[in-house]
Amino acid sequence: MPEVTKKIREIARSLLQEKKVDLVIGFEQGTLPLRATPCFVRGEKEVDRLVWDSFCENNLATYLIKRAERVAIIAKGCDVRTIVELIKENQISRDQVVIIGIPCQGMFDRRQVEAVLQGKEIQEVTEKDGQLILRGGSFKETLKRDTFLYPSCITCTHRNPVIYDLLVGDPVPELSTDPYQDVEEFEARSAEERWEYLIKEFTRCIRCYACRNACPLCYCQECFVDSSSPPWIGKTTDESDTAIFHLMRAFHVAGRCTECGACERACPVGVDIRKLNRKLARDVKERFGYESGVSLEQVTPLATFKPDDPEEFMVNP
Amino acid sequence: MKTKTIKKKDIASFLDTLLTRYEVFAPVERDERVVFEAIGAGSEATLDYQNTTMPPKGILFPQTEQLFSYRSTKDTADIAVPSFKEKPQLIFGIRPCDARSFLLFDHAFDGDPYYINRRGNTLLVSIGCTHPQAPCFCTSVGGGPFSEEGSDLLLIETGDQYLIQIVTDRGAQLLEESGFKDAGKDALTLAQKMIKTAEASMGAGIEIDGLKEKLDSSFENPIWQELTEKCLGCGVCTYLCPTCHCFDMVDEAEGSTGERIRIWDSCQFPLFTLQASGVNPRPTVKERFRQRIMHKFSYMIESYNQIGCVGCGRCITECPVNLDIRQVVHTISKLEALS
Ligand code: SF4
Ligand code: SF4
Ligand code: SF4
Repeated sequence: MPEVTKKIREIARSLLQEKKVDLVIGFEQGTLPLRATPCFVRGEKEVDRLVWDSFCENNLATYLIKRAERVAIIAKGCDVRTIVELIKENQISRDQVVIIGIPCQGMFDRRQVEAVLQGKEIQEVTEKDGQLILRGGSFKETLKRDTFLYPSCITCTHRNPVIYDLLVGDPVPELSTDPYQDVEEFEARSAEERWEYLIKEFTRCIRCYACRNACPLCYCQECFVDSSSPPWIGKTTDESDTAIFHLMRAFHVAGRCTECGACERACPVGVDIRKLNRKLARDVKERFGYESGVSLEQVTPLATFKPDDPEEFMVNP
Repeated sequence: MKTKTIKKKDIASFLDTLLTRYEVFAPVERDERVVFEAIGAGSEATLDYQNTTMPPKGILFPQTEQLFSYRSTKDTADIAVPSFKEKPQLIFGIRPCDARSFLLFDHAFDGDPYYINRRGNTLLVSIGCTHPQAPCFCTSVGGGPFSEEGSDLLLIETGDQYLIQIVTDRGAQLLEESGFKDAGKDALTLAQKMIKTAEASMGAGIEIDGLKEKLDSSFENPIWQELTEKCLGCGVCTYLCPTCHCFDMVDEAEGSTGERIRIWDSCQFPLFTLQASGVNPRPTVKERFRQRIMHKFSYMIESYNQIGCVGCGRCITECPVNLDIRQVVHTISKLEALS
């Protein structure tokens, strides 16, 4: 059993035993190869369900909202950033959660792997020394884990949890590549090209809202898409309705989105949801010096006002 | 039953002939994904795919469909109903589970002219599954990787050719003048072997016997809370399900003109059962997820005498949190009755 899994179980067991928490939220083995699945542990007997591997892709922070219990949560670097935002937005209180932070080396993109296998069925998966060994009836494939990470893991800037109560595993080196290279490339295109790209992505959208529901920061009691009177937004899948959904959502998470990528991983049809979100995140970082979810102290840009704000957008429309 | 054979390399030209008479929908590659689309040439189609993420249900039941439009003046109102497309259409290369799903739609949309017209005008040429995938469980819900139910023709892969099983008269008509040879004994034996191997490779699936009774008696069981705790309440499992067919109506009005549109809806959404009074009888994911299971494995059996799931496995593959319908059903079927 991997060391991290063992540690997680030990910690979960003692937290429950000592009645420090009522619930541990973590991951257990999924029902398909390359899948882990969220798991809710309330009793010591259940503790051994918990696992940690390269498939723990969900952002579990989404399960913290509106919970009365005291919760311990297994959290990767990006998950912790979301927890920080949620604390700042008064959605959870710091003393209600025990953060079991895990330095993360990125999660495996199952869809990319499946594309490589072209329908060959995986029967067994083992992870060793940064490699993933997949076995099926008639094949064995060894993949380097770093080449199959989720896009959000490749642009991650905080693999190590920024806050935690307990840390499991050794800190990992942060990535040195420019996280916003793709955004810069996107910005360099003409307005027409940018719009064409976005529309092409949006028209694939089926309006299932998995992106919104997977996003821990989309916690509004009534989302604008769920209102029928007034209907703030058209419900069809035609180009304009779908575009409006994506543009509005991007604005609603601007300056808050922690770039965890939960939205994109949840999307069944592979819409590039992060492009806009990350463009806005970078703007917020450049203009307001604010990076979401990295400190509990820094005031969120939308919750403050500075009299000396240059307000360029007002003078230069 | 009559059978013919077609060489794999002749599929494209066969499709080209069909295209002269039919609008043909077939699996095509788009941005590294396979989707069902209307094709312009036989060569665009690919039969080398597992299954599409999106079921082909939208061809007969579009996600967004205008039912009528209107224009009103002071004392009159002109209503225009979109004209029905006369050209017959054909879905080529549909998987047997998806072909069966339309038999459920036939009950659900009984009396609905939009669906019925299209359905009567559509032929289904399915392709059997030589390699069923891990999430597939069609055999436990009455289907099979080579089930011909609902299809007009069924293709069975045998080496470098397909055996064509003729299921309906309409299917037989498709092959008239095709010049395809009758299948010989060897081809038939090989096909039988492929079918056996595929069926044997399928996982345990789900237990259907007694499930309906279990579900009916477990409606209030607290297990639903536990089973649904990780559910995000998104629309993936329902929108991707070939048998889910719930819809909503929206009116888009602008001044004196407007249209009524039918759009897919999902029992997993909060708005689905929200009443005008503000009360929602299914306030949380627990009630909504339970509804989805009850509808498929109890209510549809009551209404149509058919299981509301064809075992395609899409909801298992694409659920963002891997909430596996097979596990849910298994847990329920193992429950002791609540006294
Ligand atoms: S998850 Fe994907 S398909 Fe669903 S609403 Fe979001 S972008 Fe659209
Ligand atoms: S079961 Fe999965 S796909 Fe279905 S609503 Fe819940 S999270 Fe979404
Ligand atoms: S319930 Fe799931 S497995 Fe059954 S038909 Fe629908 S998507 Fe396929």
